[in-house]
Amino acid sequence: MIDLVDFFRALQFGFMQRALLAGVLVSIACGIMGTFVVVNRIVFISGGIAHAAYGGIGLGYYLKINPVFGAIVFSVASALGMGVVRRKTRQRADTIIGVMWAIGMALGIVFVDLTRGYVVDLMSYLFGSILAVPTSDLIVIAVLDMVIIALVVLFYKELLAVSFDETFATVENVPVDAIYLVLLCMIALTVVMMMRVVGLIMVIAMLTMPAAISGQFVRDMKKMMVCSSVLGIAFTVVGLWLSYVLNLTSGATIILVSGVVYLLSLGGKAALSRW
Amino acid sequence: MSSVYALETMDERSRREQDERPRREQEERREVISIQHMWAGYERRRVRFAETLRNRRERGSVLEDINLSVKELDFVGLIGPNGGGKTTLIKVLLGLLHPTRGTVRIMGKSVKEGRRYIGYVPQLVQFDRDFPIGVWDVVRMGRLARRRLLRRYTSQDDEIVADALRNVDMLGYRDHPIGGLSGGQQQRVYIARALAAEPRVLLLDEPTSHVDSKVSTSIYELLSRLNQSVTILMISHDMNVISSYVKSVGCLNRWLFYHEERQLTPDMLEAAYQCPVDVIAHGVPHRVFAEHIHREAAHQEVPHRKARSLRVR
Repeated sequence: MIDLVDFFRALQFGFMQRALLAGVLVSIACGIMGTFVVVNRIVFISGGIAHAAYGGIGLGYYLKINPVFGAIVFSVASALGMGVVRRKTRQRADTIIGVMWAIGMALGIVFVDLTRGYVVDLMSYLFGSILAVPTSDLIVIAVLDMVIIALVVLFYKELLAVSFDETFATVENVPVDAIYLVLLCMIALTVVMMMRVVGLIMVIAMLTMPAAISGQFVRDMKKMMVCSSVLGIAFTVVGLWLSYVLNLTSGATIILVSGVVYLLSLGGKAALSRW
Repeated sequence: MSSVYALETMDERSRREQDERPRREQEERREVISIQHMWAGYERRRVRFAETLRNRRERGSVLEDINLSVKELDFVGLIGPNGGGKTTLIKVLLGLLHPTRGTVRIMGKSVKEGRRYIGYVPQLVQFDRDFPIGVWDVVRMGRLARRRLLRRYTSQDDEIVADALRNVDMLGYRDHPIGGLSGGQQQRVYIARALAAEPRVLLLDEPTSHVDSKVSTSIYELLSRLNQSVTILMISHDMNVISSYVKSVGCLNRWLFYHEERQLTPDMLEAAYQCPVDVIAHGVPHRVFAEHIHREAAHQEVPHRKARSLRVR
């Protein structure tokens, strides 16, 4: 109990407030896009996009610009590339996506090597550091959040149709390829936002787990989005609290909280169905 | 080799028979789907020159020289074995695959323009039962062609969706998740979705392949009721049931044998036995043909032996 009071007292600090705000904003986008990732079964592509974004971070350091912008360029470019590969080649799409995944990371490492001097907070992009989010990144996160929400609202009926039954959407003259690429670009932007919270390596887990949990209990896409956003916020706050109290890396505690709840929900679901 | 030869002669014969048939009453009705000398297939990348010489038929083509004319309020059933080109024909009609030769017109328009007149009912296998979507949202997808990007569904759409659901007796399930319905109920929902597009022709891919025989009877009864106002083209391997509901039936196995006749007459079966050899070899079970003849053609002698000898070849 004392820990909890301590935690609330810590919320007076600016860095804690920014961390919490970042967590909430990211969880909203994450709940919406995570739902699309789970129902479209494109977890692997999302993983590829996340890791390829590392190339952009390296580029950002090398050019001495905000690595977040480098990551946006790289992740969107890789999303478009993977989307085209997935749509246009019949076989081996996963091989090509895996290759792009690795090349993105390799480029990032080379760029960092080429950068003179010590690269300060590289680890924070890999493993997340929600406690060190500067106000400038917070603004980027808020803008990306609004872009994603606006796109989903505008194209909801097409996104739903393409996710559910691509063939039928094609026959109804929906621009399926374009909608699919828009979807992947939105995932790319979400990945960049989440990078600050849990780090590139754990992005996939945070993107999919809230949606996977709510998908077991909700049978409507909009409800699933709301539900996973709420779950994401809860996981972030609890994870943040644990990391503060136990003095652990926040990204890891957020993922572990989500993972425990996910496993519990799987077990609970199985128990319910056996009942 | 000899079976191929037989196939080609039969193809010519069936075409000749079709031309001779007096079809005055059919010409008065409007043609909904018209396929002429259509070939379709999938590209094979490396075709060796020698192979091309050895084999005059186009390599990689799944459908050859298809001619089909579907008129208003027809109820056409096409049967054929797996790999006989049923899916390919559907892909061509939906504009997902371009034919390598010949012409396809829907309501007198090109496929890209004409496919909005098609109400497509896919096979049930294609769907993810866990997908978080309700019946209402599924059927409303039938209105997508009328509401382009950035346009919202209107109250008129809601009325049409409700009508379509009522038409298939599923309005009571409008808020149910699609994954919780039985196969037959799901099939009805997909038929409602096709109806919501206000189609001129319903195109059904194996509408009864994943439901039991009682449910499939009720689906066929629904279809023959809908047929009072909409043309239906159905592709199936369920030949027994097909023939008691459809108005005309054809047989598709690389070539199309279609006589605008209601049943597989002994004449047609003769063709079916000689031509689509694959039907007998590994498609529809043999007994289906036998039963069919017993029922429809009043105990005519079944040419079992003939079929078997063909199969050996």
